[in-house]
Parts: sequence; structure tokens; C-alpha cells
Amino acid sequence: MRGATHAKWAACAAAVALAATGCGGDSGSGSSGGDSSAVLSSSWGDPQNPLEPANTNEVQGGKVLDMIFRGLKRYDPKTGAAKDMLAEKIDTTDSQNFTITVKAGWKFSNGEAVTAKSFVDAWNYGASLKNNQKNAYFFGYIEGYDKVHPETGTQTADTLTGLKVTGDRTFTVKLTQKFSTFPDTLGYPAFAPLPQAFYTDHAGWIKKPVGNGPYTVQSYTKGSKMSLRKWDAYPGTDKAQNGGVDLKVYTDNNTAYTDLMAGNLDLVDDVPAAQLKNVKSDLGDRYLNTPAGIIQTLAFPFYDKDWNTSGAVKVRQGLSMAINRQQITDTIFQKTRTPATDWTSPVLGTKGGFQDGLCGSGCEYNPSEAKKLVKEGGGLPGGQVKITYNADTGSHKEWVDAVCNSINNALGNDKACVGNPVGTFADFRTQITQKKMSGPFRAGWQMDYPLIQNFLQPLYYTNASSNDGHWSNKDFDKLVNQANTETDTTKAIGIFQNAEKVVRDNMAAIPLWYQNGSAGWSERLSNVALNPFSVPVYNEIKVG
Amino acid sequence: MGRYVVRRLLQMIPVFIGATLLIFLMVNVMGDPIAGLCGERQCDAATAAQLKKEFGLDKPVWQQYLTYMGNVFTGDFGTAFNGQKVTELMATAFPITIRLTVVAILIEIVIGVTLGVITGLRRGSAVDTSALVLTLVVISVPTFVTGLLLQLLLGVEWGWIKPSVSTDATFGELIVPGLVLASVSLAYVTRLTRTSIAENRRSDYVRTAVAKGLPRRRVIIRHLLRNSLIPVVTFIGTDIGALMGGAIVTERIFNIHGVGYQLYQGILRQNTQTVVGFVTVLVLVFLLANLIVDLLYAVLDPRIRYA
Repeated sequence: MRGATHAKWAACAAAVALAATGCGGDSGSGSSGGDSSAVLSSSWGDPQNPLEPANTNEVQGGKVLDMIFRGLKRYDPKTGAAKDMLAEKIDTTDSQNFTITVKAGWKFSNGEAVTAKSFVDAWNYGASLKNNQKNAYFFGYIEGYDKVHPETGTQTADTLTGLKVTGDRTFTVKLTQKFSTFPDTLGYPAFAPLPQAFYTDHAGWIKKPVGNGPYTVQSYTKGSKMSLRKWDAYPGTDKAQNGGVDLKVYTDNNTAYTDLMAGNLDLVDDVPAAQLKNVKSDLGDRYLNTPAGIIQTLAFPFYDKDWNTSGAVKVRQGLSMAINRQQITDTIFQKTRTPATDWTSPVLGTKGGFQDGLCGSGCEYNPSEAKKLVKEGGGLPGGQVKITYNADTGSHKEWVDAVCNSINNALGNDKACVGNPVGTFADFRTQITQKKMSGPFRAGWQMDYPLIQNFLQPLYYTNASSNDGHWSNKDFDKLVNQANTETDTTKAIGIFQNAEKVVRDNMAAIPLWYQNGSAGWSERLSNVALNPFSVPVYNEIKVG
Repeated sequence: MGRYVVRRLLQMIPVFIGATLLIFLMVNVMGDPIAGLCGERQCDAATAAQLKKEFGLDKPVWQQYLTYMGNVFTGDFGTAFNGQKVTELMATAFPITIRLTVVAILIEIVIGVTLGVITGLRRGSAVDTSALVLTLVVISVPTFVTGLLLQLLLGVEWGWIKPSVSTDATFGELIVPGLVLASVSLAYVTRLTRTSIAENRRSDYVRTAVAKGLPRRRVIIRHLLRNSLIPVVTFIGTDIGALMGGAIVTERIFNIHGVGYQLYQGILRQNTQTVVGFVTVLVLVFLLANLIVDLLYAVLDPRIRYA
């Protein structure tokens, strides 16, 4: 039995050692009761790109920018409406020339004042081709963009001619075309101001970003952890209600959830699909599942002859009607998705352009009608549809299989639809950009800003940045142009909805479902909410 | 001996070049990494071209490989997509994984060899049978099951450990992940030792040693164990490389930010520089571990000599 006792001894030693380090690891602010200095820990993913405002295009990096930056506008965490933050006023008479006045008294956490120059320099930096900023196209409407960021060749200018500093706190923006909702886009992080330190010591800034938001970066270990602390001198009204946030990188959100269950983590902002069944019994009220500005669709390769026939519209409509959205969202996604009935998102609200049921019968499950339409449209191209998706992230395989199952049942053909997995996201994107899709493929859209324009123009306008299916329709383009010139917001939204109806009538993409954001938290926290971008509203979370 | 070592080191060159070339080609076949960098939307052509140029992806693959190898010899492993030097990533990832591997190897040696000796000496006894059954169970259960189970039981249900390892990844925190990582090899070490001991027990030199009246302890440790350890050392030696590379599953479960984590991230983001860099180092570790094992033979068994 000597071996056995050895093993037992080793296990005990392990337990003791771990318990000891376990106790030492906590930040140990032992007070309770709404402690505004207490720090909470939250799950995080490693940002893919260096953390610069104009270079961050995914949620994880965006999360940090939202904590350390405040821009001219800020999207209301509850309603998504764009409200003035640093902007005192944004004036325009023609929807093309804007005069922006920055509020007085704002500072970066290193003491520098936020001026008109802070914005103009930052935007010039973001647009300039030589800086490799992935969000550069956000500045594409500003005059001079084609010189600073030409499509081919080298840039002939370093600054945008459309931007002029006219005073300490005022600057003007000239756009190349009328764009009535332009001021509302300014809440996007790419438009954040930057301090001089960003340019003078860029490497140092990347290591420890400095912004003007309610939090400052205390320490940043790339790929592992970022400690953010409340900035006491923050001049805004949305001061942090807690002492800070420790963002911890998790490769697997299952581990994050396990950590939450063990009391090792306070907040998980992405409850893994596998845990959705238990989440109610595990967390009770400490779980949130609210709509976010994300819609998932099936896009089609319109560059493929087979999908661009006159009858293909009916085939696409038929396929849409063959998908039992309710059943799939209920069983596979445990109601964390909502069947889509238009091409935008409920977070816009009816005022913002969301119209429940705009898709009409085309998005309702109707197997007999589906079969009829596909037949009338000349049948499936090649006798079979292959839905292409990337198998490395998300639970894309599960739902694609379910969608195919639903289509097969509706059409009464076992081989009508099959999934076509692609190994990595990068490869999936490569095949899309090289126009190699032969059938429908997974498409997802997470809004940049809560505007109906953002759900339509980048996705369906001719040759737009995310028009992966290369759909092109003159009527649609005309309506979008018209909506952009319309100075009256309500009217503009109405025209955008008319454009959306063109998308509907052609079934340019099949809307599947709106995605919800989910979060679970420990007993220490209260007042947890997710904003329309499915990012926790960190500054409002109370600890203790 | 010296010539043998030199020859072995020379043999490592083609293996090294072949392995890195293969990895390089495989990562390149997976498509254009820049396409995945801009999220769901297409990178604008100008930025994509600029990025490709920066990461050297605009050149033909053979040229990329030559440049890469040239740089590697000067200690430059390139830059990851998030702007960090790959050497910087290595400097944070390798110490953690090495610690994890050391814990795993120690567990293998201490528990595995001890169990092996005990069962080998008492073949057919109750201890032996139960150890055999236990090792069989461990071998047949996949690592991720053992890992998740231990994490759930020790971490959540009983609260003995933290379910995830902190950024520091101290030795104490790594004991349970190390045990999980070692578990399968541990079973093999036990079985190897057991068989080897049982076999050598009947050999002439052991009988002689017993006949000379040496104490039992000395017979077992100096004579029996030393000779029986040769196959075990071979196994553990080759296992070092396998453990470091195979830590992907364990590191993911316990959220350890080591080599496995970086490799996984690199593959997911199709970051050629990270993947090739880490694999290059792993190949070196593997080759060196094998060399050391071969040299250890001579130490354990003086009859084995290399000219």
C-alpha cells in the first residue's frame, strides 16, 4: 500500500498548496455594501489587433475602448440613441458641411486637454493608409479620403482636406456627399479623440493606452489580463460606480463560466451554449438575455449565374419559407436568438427603423408553399444547396445542420441541403472575398452604430464593404442615396425602410434570427446590463 | 561519444528544415490570413495590400520561407497580428508550459515509477490488479474528460482549487493541470516499469546480488531499478516534447496561457508567424530531448557505448 499512501499524500499537498495560493490571489477589499472602490473581474477575449480606436473592429477590443474613451456622441446603453457626449453642438444646414463644437473642461487621464485638434489629428491618423487602420473606411465620407487612402498606389496626402480646426474647441467637417445621419455615427469608437502621447510615444501608448473615459488602464499584460481602475478626476456625468474592472482573458468561455460558478470570477458576458440549459438553476436572477444589434442571415453568391436567374428569387423565397426559425431558435439556441422578421434589429426600436414583420410571409415557415416556390423558380441550382460556414468558432455547425434538416423536410428531399464546413474563419473569409461561394453561406452582421442605415448600406449597396454576395439593385441604391440626403431623420428612416422592402422583394439575403447578448454574474454585483452592442455597461455595475 | 553527439546534431538539421517547411506550407494552404483580420467584413483593398506587405505575405511561399528561416537564425521570429513580437509571446508562454511540463514529468516519475516498482515486485497481488485496472481506466478516458471532471469536482463542487489558473501560473496552481496532463503517460510509465521490473527480477545479476547478501533496498534500487529504467527513461524523454505540444487541451480547460494557448490562437487566426515560430521551438525541444535520452542510456547501462 505504500504507493497508494504516496498518491494520497501528493493529492493533499496539492490541495493545501492550491488553497493557499487561492486565498492570496484575491484583491481582498473586504468591505461590503455598494462599495465604490471595489474591483470586479470580468471575462475577456484576446483582442485580435493592437488596441487603437481606428484599428479595433471586434467586441473584445471595443469593450476596452468603451471604458477608456468617450467620443463626441455616446449611444445610450438602454435605448441605443446617439446622445451628445463631448459634443456641445453639431451644426449643419445642408447635411454635408458640419461645424462641431467640443465641450470645455474635458481632459485625457494624463492631464492633456481634449480639444478640436485631438479629434482632427486622430481622424487623420485613422484615415491614413500608412497607419494600416482597419476601420479607416469610417472616414470614407470625409472630403480628401481618396488622397489619404487611395484604393491602389501610394497616398498623396497625409491629412483630410475635409477636416479643419477653426478654433480651440471647434472644427469643421466637409463630406463628399450629403449624409444626414453622419452626426449619429460619431459615437463609434473609431471617432474617439487621441492625446498627443499617442503620436509621440506610440509603442508606449499601445502598451498602456491613455484615453478620456471613466476608467484608466492600470496594467496590461497582453493576452492575459488588463486591469482598469476608476479615474477619479473623470469630468463626465457617467462616472464609474465601482473601483475598477479586471478583464481576464479566457480561451474557452466554458472555463469562464466554471470560474463564475466557483466564485473565482464576477462577470461572464457570453454564457456558453452548452450551459444555457443550467443557467436558470445555476444563477437564477443573475442572468441576462437581451437582444443585441446582431442579425444572422444566409447570403447568396449573386456572381454565380445559377443564383442570378430570373427564377432564383422564388427559389430564395422558397428556401426562406422552408426554414423553421422558431423551432431552431428554441431548441438549438435555447431562446437566445429571436426569429427574424426584417433585415435590421429590434434594438433600433420602431422609431429607429425596426419594423416587426416587414419580411411578411416570406419569413414564415410554410413547407408546402416553400416546395411550390422552389419548383416554380426552376428548382435548386444543381439540385442541391450547400450552406458554407466556418466550423472553428460559434456553434455554426449545429444550426446549419438544423436549417438543412428543415429545408430537406419541407422539400421532401434528403439531399436538398447539406452543410459545407470550412476549417477556419480566415479561410472562410478568403473564399468569400475570392468569390468562390457556390451556394448560400453564413453571414452575420453586428452593427457599428444603432442606425437602420448601418444594417442596409454596408450589406446591400452595390459594391459596399460588406456586400459579400455582390448583390446589386438600382432601385435599392437610389433609395439609399435619397435617404442619406434627407435632412429630416424620420423621413430618412422611412426611405430606408422602402429600400429594405426592395431587399425583401428580391430576397437578397434570407434573414434568420436576431442574436441576443447574454451575461451571468456573481452575488457581489448588481445593476448589470448589456448595451445594444451586447457589451456590459461596466461603469454602472455596483459591487458589494 | 563526441563524434556520436556531433553526428546526431548534424542529423537534426534536415529534420528541422523539413518540419518547419511542412508547417509553413500547411499554414499557407489554409488561405489568406489577412481575410480574417477585418472581422465579418472585407478589408479594404489598400489596407489589405499594406498589411500583406508588412507581414511579407505578398511574396511567393518559397521566398517567404527563405526570408523566415534567414530571420530565425538571427533570432527574429517575426511579428504576430496583434503587433507583438513572436519572441515576446514565447518569452511569456514557454516558461509557463515548461513549468507545467516539469510538474507533469515529476508526477510521472514519482507516482509512476513508485507504483511500477511496487506492482512489479508483487505481481498478481491485490495491489497489482487494482493498479492495472486503474491504469487501464486512465488510459481509456480522454484527457479532456479527466480535466473537466477534476475541474468541476475540485474547483466548483468542493472548492479546493481555483478552476482556472492565474496569469502567474505558479507551481502550486499547476499541480492539478499537471496531473491531468500527465495522467495517460503516468499509466504507461507504471505499466512499463512494472513489466521491466518483473522481467529483470529473475535475471542472474539480481540473483547474484541477493546471494551476496546485499540488503533488499540496495538490490532493488541499485541493481534492479537501474537496469529496469532504460525503457522508462526512453518513454519519459520522448514524452517531454509530446507533453509540451500536447498541452493544448489541458491549457484550454484550465485557461493556462502557455504554448498550447498561443498555438491554438495562432491556428485560429491563421497567424503563420506565431504557429511556425512555436512549432520550430517545439521541434527543437523534441530533438534535444531525444538526444539526451540516447546519451542517458550510456549512463544507465555502461554496456551501451557510442563510438
